[in-house]
Amino acid sequence: MHVEYNVEGGDFSNAGSASSQIKKILKQLNVDPSLIKRVVVALYEAEVNVVAHAYRGVIDADINPSGIYITVKDEGPGIPDVELAMTKGYSTASKEVREMGFGAGMGLPNISENADKLSIDTVVGKGTTLNIEIRF
Amino acid sequence: MKISEICSLIEGTVVIGEYRMDDEVEYAFASDLMSDVLTVKIQNFILLTGLCNVQAVRTAEMSDVPYMIICRNKQVTPDMLEVAEESNIVIICTRFSMFKCAGILYVNGLKPVY
Repeated sequence: MHVEYNVEGGDFSNAGSASSQIKKILKQLNVDPSLIKRVVVALYEAEVNVVAHAYRGVIDADINPSGIYITVKDEGPGIPDVELAMTKGYSTASKEVREMGFGAGMGLPNISENADKLSIDTVVGKGTTLNIEIRF
Repeated sequence: MKISEICSLIEGTVVIGEYRMDDEVEYAFASDLMSDVLTVKIQNFILLTGLCNVQAVRTAEMSDVPYMIICRNKQVTPDMLEVAEESNIVIICTRFSMFKCAGILYVNGLKPVY
């Protein structure tokens, strides 16, 4: 099964709606609840990152019996130093993002903790693509 | 501890999810930082927060948190109620601070996640 969602940068009122849809699909497929939690936490963090940092993005998810393969591709500023961005507590989030309860520098590390495999392709000034794999 | 008991201890008002008042919960976590809530590995705990916006409820949804306490008399918005209803999340509002709620619930037997 393949699903695709668009995410708008800055649209905090809808941040999480794609993750919510994917959570519903995984529940309908009777995926183990602890796996669903890992998937949606990783995806929600990635979705919030697009809303917080990028202009727009697309979430692609392939779900099959062996696992879920998610690509979160954004058009945005990119990440100048991925290693630094993966450091717990490091954040470039705006005051507005922090007021929403995010921007604590825990997003990428948390995605990595929940994923079986994470890769980050980023070009400064163009955008970032996350490839997230979680096996069932 | 029953949700109804929690409600009475913190003098809370249930704004949505009254049908779950007999549910039992064992663990609690208090934070205004949703990124922190998303790192909690267990499910089925009660979240105490001072953050009153739709992302707080979305975070509860993603983290499998069925119960929330919003501290310090904040006004729950229609978009928060919509997400809570969709996900069967109970929202309790109280005039007490997060510190006071946490203290009361801790001495009455709710366990910390960490």
